[in-house]
Amino acid sequence: MDIDSQVPGGETGRIANNPETGIVSKQGAMTTSEYEEKLRQTRVSKWESVRKSLKKDWQLYTFLILPIIYLFVFQYLPMIGNAIAFRRFVPGGSMLGEEFVGLRYFEMYMNDRTFWRVFTNTLAIGGLTLLFNFPIPIIFALLLNEVKNVKFKRFVQTASYLPYFISMVIIAGMIMEMLSANGIVNQMITWFGGDPTIFLQRAEWFRTIYVGSEIWQKTGWGAILYLAALTNIDPNLYEAAAIDGAGRLKQTWHVTIPGIMPTIITLLILNIGSFMNVGFEKVFLLYNPLTYETGDVISTYLYRIGLGSANFSYATAIGLTQAVIGFILVMGANLLSRKVTNRSLW
Amino acid sequence: MHLNDTKGYKLFRYFNIFVMIMIVVITFVPFINIIAQSFSSERFITAGEVFLIPKGFNVETYKAVLSNDRFWIHYRNTIIYTAVGVAISMFLTTMLAYVLSKPKTRIKGKGFFVGYAVFTMFFAGGIIPTYIVYNNTLNITNTMWSVVFPLALSIYNMLIMKAFFENLPTALEEAAAIDGMSSYGIFMKIVLPLSKPILATMTLFYAVAYWNSWFQAFMFLNDWTLFPVTLFLRNLISGATATGEAAAAEAGSTQIASNVRSVSMFLTVLPIILVYPFVQKYFVSGVMLGSVKE
Repeated sequence: MDIDSQVPGGETGRIANNPETGIVSKQGAMTTSEYEEKLRQTRVSKWESVRKSLKKDWQLYTFLILPIIYLFVFQYLPMIGNAIAFRRFVPGGSMLGEEFVGLRYFEMYMNDRTFWRVFTNTLAIGGLTLLFNFPIPIIFALLLNEVKNVKFKRFVQTASYLPYFISMVIIAGMIMEMLSANGIVNQMITWFGGDPTIFLQRAEWFRTIYVGSEIWQKTGWGAILYLAALTNIDPNLYEAAAIDGAGRLKQTWHVTIPGIMPTIITLLILNIGSFMNVGFEKVFLLYNPLTYETGDVISTYLYRIGLGSANFSYATAIGLTQAVIGFILVMGANLLSRKVTNRSLW
Repeated sequence: MHLNDTKGYKLFRYFNIFVMIMIVVITFVPFINIIAQSFSSERFITAGEVFLIPKGFNVETYKAVLSNDRFWIHYRNTIIYTAVGVAISMFLTTMLAYVLSKPKTRIKGKGFFVGYAVFTMFFAGGIIPTYIVYNNTLNITNTMWSVVFPLALSIYNMLIMKAFFENLPTALEEAAAIDGMSSYGIFMKIVLPLSKPILATMTLFYAVAYWNSWFQAFMFLNDWTLFPVTLFLRNLISGATATGEAAAAEAGSTQIASNVRSVSMFLTVLPIILVYPFVQKYFVSGVMLGSVKE
């Protein structure tokens, strides 16, 4: 980081770690007044260098203006707008609300049974998605890596990530057509002698449909980074393992898996971080009152109570809670990974 | 290597090829089913007889949808939003990525600016405050801008581009700077021409995102003449729309038939499928570029 390198007295007061004694000692100790003088000078010279840099590279800095304004208006203003979770919002009034009400809206959802239902659903759908959608691309990448015919391999890969580029509206439309009373799924069930089911109106099927279509849409795309990591594994490692008598399975276990481990960890962090962000669009397009019981999630619920019933503050309180939990999950996963594996996103 | 493959491994390879073929089949079946339905008579679809081959082959539904003025209004809207959106996105993304690709010795406060941008990836304002900002503060709901601006700057794309700029050789830029060329000049005349591959990739990334988006339109637009084709489609499949009913009426049915839905879906997805074989390698290289940095 920028700040670290410009710590006052950074050059003289650097903490040295003596490897022989294991004692951490501070070199070039200064008296307090000397230190403060140094600090003042550093500040002056830092300001001076900023001024110089601005003068020399002002054109480059102008590139920042529009993106910074854009992010402020479209990202940071809505963040500030979360203030209405603590303040009563009146439609047509200030975006920051009218009067402070403390944690009233937070207490409201704590006592809201529907909230707990959508909270549980979010955890269940998020958990199932992580359980299936995280390992399946790894398995797919490993299997695809065993395909020796390069053309066939490329064809399978290209075909497999086509669904990723299709609009969620089309995906939902295809799911509805396939699962309708006369759709291909029911055609097959009837062909095997079963009775047709209207899957999208049955609460017990919602999560299966959600996770199943998620696998269909994202497996190919999710495998890209693993396939890239697989091509970077040194072939000599396989030869060495083979000479040591390792069979194919053992080679996979001892060479391939460790080779893609960094990618696995990185993607696991990202997946855990976005665990709570169950795909709003897909749930919104596929659910209906008959499947609320298992399919309604936090984001769809707060959308209904916020924009549907105009309970803006209440919905914002729920949304803010979800955003904070999501943020803590990313930070936590990142920290844990740094502690355990020495790898992290930042 | 192949000579000392064990019997078990050879068996595995046949099995593996079978699995791969199944994956391809499963990926394509839903698309083929939609195409088959779009050319079939509604009668056979309702009877559950259309699987992968059209039954009662006809192009009447295509004629009905394609001669529907409303469909073309939505389609035109999507094209406009995509074109305008991509232009704005490329402008913002390229500028930010270029500045942030410079070393921190040159850009004072670089750490802050990177953090300012990246933070928005992990913490967002939420649907309701976003709606209030668009509707009350900026007053841009029910305009094209409410559809374009939410997607205008993807920090993920910006980071990929930043990684690309960081890997560009600096010698040319430095030489131009010594010759007295301004930063604007260097950016326009040296950096951008060297960056054609990444500019192409990003244009495609954004174009697909705008083409596919529907929720912003659903949330912010009331006037149906502004709807993009995806929102038209959403209303069609959820079965409650004047637009859909008009299309259905022209197709000679009182309710929205499966074949009308299938035709609309196919026409919406067609541009993506047509360009996909040519552009997919750019998408892949773009993602790789982003991951190399880690």
